[in-house]
Amino acid sequence: MNDETIIRVENLAVRFGPRTIFKDVSFEVKRGEVFIILGGSGCGKSTLLKALIGIVPIAAGRSEILGVDLAQADAEGRLGLLQRIGVMWQSGALFGNMRLSENVELPLEEHTDLPRPAREALARAKLGLVGLGDAAGLLPAEISGGMAKRAGIARAMALDPPLLILDEPSAGLDPITSAGLDKLILDIARSTGTTFVVVTHELQSILAIGDRCIMLDKEARGMIAMGKPRELRDTATHPTVRSFFRREAA
Amino acid sequence: MTEATLTSRAAPEGTVLIFSGRLDAEAAAALWTAMTRALAAKPNVIDLSDVDVMDSAGAILVLRAGDAVAVQGGSADVLAVLERNRAALKAAPVPSETPREFAPITRFGGAVYGGMQAALSGIAFAGEALVAALRVMFRPRLFRGGEFLRHLDEIGLRAFPLTLLLGFLIGLILAYQSSIPLKRFGAEIFVPNLVGISLLRELGALLAGVVLAGRTGSAFAAELGTMTVNEEVNALRIMGIDPMVMLVLPRILAGILVMPVLTLLMNLAGLTGMTVVMQSLGFPWSAVSNQLQQWLSLGDLMGGLFKSMCFGLVIAAIGCRAGLSAGFGPRAVGDAATAAVVGGIVAIVAMDGVFAILFFRLGI
Ligand SMILES: Nc1ncnc2c1ncn2[C@@H]1O[C@H](COP(=O)(O)OP(=O)(O)O)[C@@H](O)[C@H]1O
Ligand SMILES: [Mg+2]
Repeated sequence: MNDETIIRVENLAVRFGPRTIFKDVSFEVKRGEVFIILGGSGCGKSTLLKALIGIVPIAAGRSEILGVDLAQADAEGRLGLLQRIGVMWQSGALFGNMRLSENVELPLEEHTDLPRPAREALARAKLGLVGLGDAAGLLPAEISGGMAKRAGIARAMALDPPLLILDEPSAGLDPITSAGLDKLILDIARSTGTTFVVVTHELQSILAIGDRCIMLDKEARGMIAMGKPRELRDTATHPTVRSFFRREAA
Repeated sequence: MTEATLTSRAAPEGTVLIFSGRLDAEAAAALWTAMTRALAAKPNVIDLSDVDVMDSAGAILVLRAGDAVAVQGGSADVLAVLERNRAALKAAPVPSETPREFAPITRFGGAVYGGMQAALSGIAFAGEALVAALRVMFRPRLFRGGEFLRHLDEIGLRAFPLTLLLGFLIGLILAYQSSIPLKRFGAEIFVPNLVGISLLRELGALLAGVVLAGRTGSAFAAELGTMTVNEEVNALRIMGIDPMVMLVLPRILAGILVMPVLTLLMNLAGLTGMTVVMQSLGFPWSAVSNQLQQWLSLGDLMGGLFKSMCFGLVIAAIGCRAGLSAGFGPRAVGDAATAAVVGGIVAIVAMDGVFAILFFRLGI
């Protein structure tokens, strides 16, 4: 792990109309890190991810990702950047009229010159990696929610991007699959130097995979904690942070 | 980073394939055919010592050689990528080819079978609807009055402008077109007979049916199809609420009641259009009205209105059934709407044929 900065966020704020979702969010993510974003439902975690990749407009502050400031990048720069980011959406966002294998093949078809058998084999490998090896021929409507999440991860990984953004990957998964996913994330992060930004609530997986985390809060409209998960668990003073890590009602 | 290359070398242990450089998606695409050729020579060993970086696409390229070929060299990272992809591919077996069938015969059989299934399920649907209707008759409390009124408004009142416009234009067109040949015999005065009879007996009901199928049959199918896809229909069922009673009956009843009104409007608008043409040809209103009164009977009108009620029933029922039997996925709702429109129009035209024979036999 070197010190290259993959994401740099400074005083970021997002508003929807008059409503400020969060403001003054600042953090940095280094190459190879597994960076966790925590926070109660509706506090703006998904919105933060979308702001990072330029889908939601930024009201104030700056965000730079893989050295590119999306707010200032031209169309070509944006496209080049987006090829190097894999995103798994909270809802899976699989294309409903394509089989899972075709979903994974789509980015390969668009961005590489790989011949068809190569794309097929690669898509199978990605699906095999997330434990969907025997579901390649199914349509998204024919699989369960947990399977859709994993297929979303497989699609996000299609181009082996240096940065993977996962919005609640383990929500709705059984503990065994969820632990398998944690192992997969760690494995990929360690062996390929892929950087992960993960939104998750699973305390176990935060402690298992998280190098560092930030916690957003709805009332504070911003960050209330940043640091290594274990340290936050042991030393945090903010009541919300403490109750999260100790699994107490606030 | 150096560009990727693939070379082969003869060695004591057999043919050795040597990869070097950066094995990424770009390299895999560039080397794919070279690899195909190299594999034809049945290599025994793959050497990865000179590979700087490998990604999954590169691994897929190397793994084409299969497990029998030994891998030598390669950094720990490269080997990790390779082994991860090898394991992943093992976990995702190539889907087995479905045995080839003799296509025309299977397809014909499938079509016949599918058609029979559809007919059976259509009959079952009609039966269920009938049972639901009987249940509601004995327990009127079950009937959703509000729902019913909403449909009356949506499929009736809101269809008035379209119906009037369509009727007026059709009357106009029919009158003009028929006046041309009739003029040759100096028989333009019979244009009202022709237009009146075709509208009242046939076209009024049929066109109103097309309007209903296009506007309403598709809307019913889309609405119920969305509810089916979202499992709302299942939610109703497990609450002990019969979707037939709550969703289908109000719609069918609205269809039955709205159609005679739409047909009547269609007829009136058509006759108005015809009158306009007649006036432009120099026939006064009184002559037209005289002609209509003399040659058209109440039976013509009533026959048309009766048919229209049957059309309304069938179109609404087909729309609801298409919605409730919607499949999975994003295309399901669109497919259901299409099926509703096509099914509705085909059904009313076919029914119209049956009615024609029936009315002829009965001498109406
Ligand atoms: N497009 C939008 N327009 C208006 N408000 C939005 C939009 N998207 C999200 N929000 C609001 O922003 C807040 C944060 O949403 P989100 O980021 O999805 O939360 P979560 O932390 O659960 O992922 C919510 O209160 C939501 O209502
Ligand atoms: Mg969210």
